[in-house]
This record gives sequence, C-alpha cells and structure tokens, in this order.
Amino acid sequence: MSKVLMKGNEAIGEAAIRAGCLNYFAYPITPQSEVAEYLSRRMTEVGGVFLQGESEVAVSYMIFGAAACGERVFTTSSSPGISLMSEGISYICGAECPAVFVNIMRGGPGLGGILPSQADYLQATKGIGHGDCRMLVMAPASVQEAVEMVMQAFPLAEKYRNPVMILGDGLIGQMMEPVSFRDDLKVPPTNKDDWATSGMDTRKSTKRNLVKSLYLDPEVLNAHNLKLKAKYDRMRQEEVRYETYNTGGDYRVLIVSYGTMSRVCRSAVDALKARNVETAMVRPQVLFPFPEQAVFDAAAKSSCTHVLSVEMSMGQMVEDIQRSVQGRRPVHWYGKCGGEVPTPEEVMEAVEALLQS
Amino acid sequence: MQSEVMFAGFGGQGILLSGKILAEAAMEKELEVAWVPSYGPEMRGGTAYCTVVISDNPIASPIIRNPMHLVAMNRPSLEKFAGTVKPGGVILVNSSLIPIASGREDVDELSVPVTDIAAGLGNVRTANIVALGAFVARSGIIDFETLKETVRNEFKQKKKFIEMNMAALEEGRKAAA
Amino acid sequence: MAKAFAKPICLSDQETHYCPGCTHGVIHRLVAEAIDDLEIAGRTVGIAPVGCAVICYNYFTFDFQEAAHGRAPAMATGIKRVRPDLIVFTYQGDGDLASIGMGEIVHAANRGEKFTTVFVNNAVYGMTGGQMAPTTMPNQKTTTSPFGRNVEEVGMPIRVAELLASLATPAYITRQTVLSPKHILKAKKAIRQAFQYQVDNRCFSFVEVVSTCPTNWGMTPADAIQWAEKTMLPYYPLGDLKTPESVEEA
Repeated sequence: MSKVLMKGNEAIGEAAIRAGCLNYFAYPITPQSEVAEYLSRRMTEVGGVFLQGESEVAVSYMIFGAAACGERVFTTSSSPGISLMSEGISYICGAECPAVFVNIMRGGPGLGGILPSQADYLQATKGIGHGDCRMLVMAPASVQEAVEMVMQAFPLAEKYRNPVMILGDGLIGQMMEPVSFRDDLKVPPTNKDDWATSGMDTRKSTKRNLVKSLYLDPEVLNAHNLKLKAKYDRMRQEEVRYETYNTGGDYRVLIVSYGTMSRVCRSAVDALKARNVETAMVRPQVLFPFPEQAVFDAAAKSSCTHVLSVEMSMGQMVEDIQRSVQGRRPVHWYGKCGGEVPTPEEVMEAVEALLQS
Repeated sequence: MQSEVMFAGFGGQGILLSGKILAEAAMEKELEVAWVPSYGPEMRGGTAYCTVVISDNPIASPIIRNPMHLVAMNRPSLEKFAGTVKPGGVILVNSSLIPIASGREDVDELSVPVTDIAAGLGNVRTANIVALGAFVARSGIIDFETLKETVRNEFKQKKKFIEMNMAALEEGRKAAA
Repeated sequence: MAKAFAKPICLSDQETHYCPGCTHGVIHRLVAEAIDDLEIAGRTVGIAPVGCAVICYNYFTFDFQEAAHGRAPAMATGIKRVRPDLIVFTYQGDGDLASIGMGEIVHAANRGEKFTTVFVNNAVYGMTGGQMAPTTMPNQKTTTSPFGRNVEEVGMPIRVAELLASLATPAYITRQTVLSPKHILKAKKAIRQAFQYQVDNRCFSFVEVVSTCPTNWGMTPADAIQWAEKTMLPYYPLGDLKTPESVEEA
C-alpha cells in the first residue's frame, strides 16, 4: 500500500473523507486549524460540505442538526473549543445521534497554552457534558493510528448512536508521518430510517421521526437514562482496546501511558532494559472504556512493585488505574503539563527515582 | 539504526520545508520517519525548528532531546542547540549569518555560507535547499540521488523553481566536499 | 355541504398545553397552513426551541428536531447544508432567539442560510415564569424586573427584525402580529411567503410575530391584546423590513 507523508491534522481530515464522511463544520483553534484549512479545499474537490461556524457552540449544533438527519458528520477542535462544544455533545448523547468529535489537546486550564497536552482526559472520559452522558474515547499514538481510528469512529458512532471522540495531543495533529488509507476500514453507513429526521418522503413512510432529549416524565427519563447506560455498559464489554509492551517477562514497574506519551515511554522501556531495569507498559488505545482487566493483570504480576501513570496531565488517569489495580500496587504519577513533552530520559529518571524510593 | 536531524533558523528560512523534504526522501527509501515541528508564536518570524527522525524500525519517541545532527541557519539556533548534538554528528553552520563556531570538538562541523551561495544563484530563498544539499552530502544520511528526486517532486507544481533548486542542491554538495 | 374550515393536515390531533389566550396555537396553525398549502410536509423538518414551544413538535405531524436554548439556527444550518432538499424552519421565542441565541440567528441570517425562522415576540420569558427578556418593554414589570424594565440599567428592547434587516445579505425580514383577525390574515400571508422563498431556494426568511402572554403579563387575554396594541406595536412597527427583491433593486 502506498504511503504519503502527511501532517496529522491533514491526515485526520482525509481519513474522514475516506471513511465516507463528507460533512464538516468547524471553528479555527490552534493546534488543529490545519484540519479546517485542508478540508476547505478538499471538501470542494469531493463535493462535500465545509462550513466555518461562528463559534464552537454553534458548530456543535450544526453537527447535531446534520447528524439528526442521518448524515455522517464530524468536527475537530482543541481543548477550549471542546469545552464550548460540550453543551451540544450532551444533547447529541441525549438525542442518541452518531457523530465524531476530534480533540487535538492543548494545555489548560483556561487559555492555557497551544503546545501538546493530554489534560482533557477526565473531561473526555467522565465529564464531557451535563447529565449521564458518555462517549467512546479513542487515543491514537501515531498519525497512522489517528487515520485508522477516525475511519473506525464513524461506524462505531452508528453502532451505538452516540458521539465518538478521537483524543489526540497536539503532536498527533502537528507531526508528519507516513500514512496509508486502508480501504477496508470504509464501512457503509447504517440505515437510519427508523429514527433520523431525513424527511418523511425519503422514507416512504407516514411515521414521522422526532429527535429530542427532553423527557419531562421522571419515569420516562429514568428509563431513557437506563437505556443510555446499557449502551455505555455494552461499550465496556465490546470496545476495550489496548496494547502491551514488554509484559512477557518479569518487570518491576508497570507504566500506563497513551498517545504520543506512550511512544516516549516505549523508548524509555527499551533504554531501561539496556540498563537491566525491567519495566513494561500497557497502552490504552481506547480511554473510555478503560482497559481495567489488562491493567489489573499486568500490575498483578508478582515481580511488579509499582505502577506509574505517565501522562501530559496532572495525574488525571491515576484514578482509573487505581480503580483497575484495586489497591494491590501503589500507583504513582509522572508527567508535565505545560506543553513540553517529557523525553525518554525524563521518564527513565522518574522510574529510577521510584525504584530508589 | 535511528538518526535524528534538527533544522533550526528564523521563521521564513524554509526550515520546516527542508525537514519535510528530508523526511520524504527517507520515506522513499522505505525508512520509518517522523517530522516534528515547533509550532505556535515561533512560527511568526521567531525561531523555527523541526526534528526529523529516520529509522529502519518503527519510531518510538518522536521527542528528541539530543539529535544526531543539526542544521543551524541562524546564530540563536546554533547557540541554543549546538550543545545538544550527539558526539560524532554533523553540525552545519550557515556562516553567512553566523560569525561564530559551535565550540564543539567532538562533532563534524561544516561551515557553509548558504545564504550567500543562494544569493549567488539569484534567489536567497533557496538557502534552505543549499543547506540541505550540503548536509546530506556530508552526513550521507540518505543517498544524494534520492534527495534530488524528492526535491524535483516537491516543486513539480512550480516547474520554474525546479532548475534553481537543483542548482542549489549541487552548490550545497560542492560546498560540503 | 362543502367544508369551509378544517384543521390543517399537518397539525396533529393533540390538544396544546398553552395557556388560555396564548397566541402560539394561532401561529402554529399559520405555519401548518403554509406547509399544507405548499405540499412540503414530507420534506420538512421543524426545529423546536426551548421556551413555551419546546414541545411544539407534539402538534405537528412531520419530522422534528429539538434544539438547546437559542441554538435552533445552528441546527437548521447543519440540516440545510447537508440536506439542501429539505425544508427547514425554526420556531423560537424572544428569550431563546434574542438573548441566548442572538449569535446563532445573526450569523445564520448573515450567511444567508436558506431556512425559515418564525420568531414569536411576547416581550417576556414564558416557560421559566415571566422573567425579563431582551424584548421586554420599558417599565414593563416582570418577575426579574419587579419595578419595571429600567432602561438605564438594561438598555432598550432589541428590535430583532430591524437588526437582522441591517445585514447586507439578501433576506426576507418581516414583522407581523396575530392580535386581530385582520392581522392574522396578513401574518398568514407573510409566513407562507417566507416558506415560498425557501422552496425557491432564494434566501433566509424571517417572520417576527408580535404576540401576547396574558399569564405572565398578569392580564386577561383581551387586556393583553389591548396592551400589546398600545405598547408594543408603536415600538415594534409591522410590515416588511426587507425582501430579496428590495436588495436586488438597491
């Protein structure tokens, strides 16, 4: 398969088109504005829809309106923009529409910075909007994986009738790597006639469809939320995805890390091995649902004395790891959150400090 | 085997493009590559740099504190990054704009007046290509023919620039000899 | 005997939840008549606001979406961009459209999105219990302006139709009312015209309807009509503010 060298942001835009999504609404924000720049040209070439909305709030509802018609649609933004979209995301979850949101994270809180960060972990996995809403969160570690996850996100969003988020740090958007677009990942859209407001004529039906999230009757709302919970539980059963590294033999420290940070950790694991310090890693590829069993199993190995969460956020993943490890091992944190990506050497120092403590 | 090259200079000196061309040339040779830019306010006239990682294995960390090589197009870049280069690497110094040396004894320092050479070719904006030609010729990081092919491909939409950039590569190679 | 008066086909049989004397029912009917008349129900998607009309979809028989407070124009934009063949309208009140949703309506109008907005202006927040709206009249008492709207503190009421008509993009912008049968006939014509522009793919179309809210105004329906005529109509003058033809001629 032929490869092209592409910037992550451009590759994400192209991947959506290759997945059959020809509708894109967005508002510019660093470090992901290249997606909009790329698609403003590409959507014209492929006869798709490109619109720069007046705010992220408005964009999230353009996504909602289009998704509610049954059309594949997506947007991209970065941390402060996702905060503004979180209102719309809650409505989309409540109204059970499929859509894809890409967050190329920058540092926070507030304006924070524009450099790479993973500081929206908790927002993405646990607090994406008001009410009992959750979304599937996929975390690519390379431009190629970002492409594949974007392509997989559309059928997954349709499978659950729920938004899916691609959560990448700024480097995933800014880095250039060779990518290939796998045709086999293109899945035809599901039939949405039973719920989408596509116009009654197109369905040759006299039953109208209504897309809404308001349920004033407490019993009905409770039942609706139980139905949503059943979907989130099904995600926990069916969508856990992770990779392990060096877990075959004995190791003293288990690292849990995702995204670009996990690649830095992989280098650290290799370099520590050369110094006869055995470590291993679990890399969640999907953050919600979290790979609880895999982390438990890897931490439960008798040689393992410590678990270390390495993230470009202030320990936001630690609680998920603690929950997975169930108190059997101490869980520590190492990371930076100002926009500087920790180097392998710094991760190695953190591991060695842990073992000397 | 993994190698890393940092390209650094002023915004507008074609730093990011030099790195991209090298990454594409390496990709043509079926090597693994990653191109990691600096981004943000630096893009607007300040210091710009990017790192290209080239490897025959999948690249783990794209974040490189100590690159194998450095192409420094202006003085602040040399001062900032000369100390980070691994022993044995190449440091290319654009002597048109940098009146000092790296101060390193354990590297292969190559001083080339790339801006003057580019001006001599009639377009100062080809300085980044002169530097790329000189660096690739000296480091042997990829073969020169592949580099030429990649540059030709890069400018295929703007044919009038192809000859000028080919000349820039050649001048760089000569200067590195 | 020929039937002289019947319920529009695209109005459902469900009884509305609106208060006695409320004008929403009349305006719903005018929308339904326009859609029936143009025979577009099978390709229409309505967008319900947040406000008293939040469940207005119960009274229509075609596809509907429900927006968040103020966001209906953004949803309508999303629909029209991906499905330009659909006929889309938003039905919004003054809190929804002129306060929290001012950004969305201005930008949708300025882009010339080819959907229709029916804007019901009754000078008050209805569903939340009669709070002050951007359209509340000077000195008008509401639950959050108990001493009357103080224009020194909160400014003058916003004339949304004039504001939108000031945009350079061609549009159909009109203000109507349903205070009397004569007015209702004019409003009916305007709403039909608004949908006609959309069917013709001409422009954004906007019909402001000056209305009453007897419950939150604390008046009988008859007094409410009198108060609206006396207080609102001089400030919110009726008629077309802009047509695509007027822009072309200019």
